Amino acid sequence: MISPNQVEAMIQAQLPDAQVQVLTNDGEHYEVIVVSSAFEGKGLVQQHQLVYKAIQQEMLSGAIHAMAVKTYTPDAWQSAASAV
Amino acid sequence: MTPETQARIEGLVKQNKIMVFMKGNKLMPQCGFSNNVVQILNVLGVPFETVDVLADEEIRQGIKEYSNWPTIPQVYINGEFVGGSDILIELYQKGELQQMVEVALAS
Repeated sequence: MISPNQVEAMIQAQLPDAQVQVLTNDGEHYEVIVVSSAFEGKGLVQQHQLVYKAIQQEMLSGAIHAMAVKTYTPDAWQSAASAV
Repeated sequence: MTPETQARIEGLVKQNKIMVFMKGNKLMPQCGFSNNVVQILNVLGVPFETVDVLADEEIRQGIKEYSNWPTIPQVYINGEFVGGSDILIELYQKGELQQMVEVALAS
């Protein structure tokens, strides 16, 4: 089983400036929120591809069955946080 | 992926304005993420085609290479990969999906 901390570390290895929140109930289904300046100027597909790239091996091996992804640029995160 | 599989995938995404590769079918989605996509498209009330990847191992693996995207479901609008469940939800909530679908169906 992969721990939330391991998932966070894998994403930060791919996106060094990323702020990452990882949620899981069972160690197979994950939910992550990633905030990184690397997402600026990119479409949602490319943003999510950056995150998937970090955990590619684990997804192909089936260690991670599914991961819900939310991505934000630092600016978008600020507006989302202030809207709540 | 074999050239035959690639040609089949290309045919499917080009012949159908809204094409969904999913687990299960519209009536019986076999995964919560696939179900999300079906429900959103049902709410929009638009026609869409689906392929059950659980019934076709070549498409199941091939589609991941085709889009360079590791997960199912995958949604294509006007031949272009739009995203999976999370992106569909986000585009729907922002009102962008409705626009994309209208443009595609009008073309």
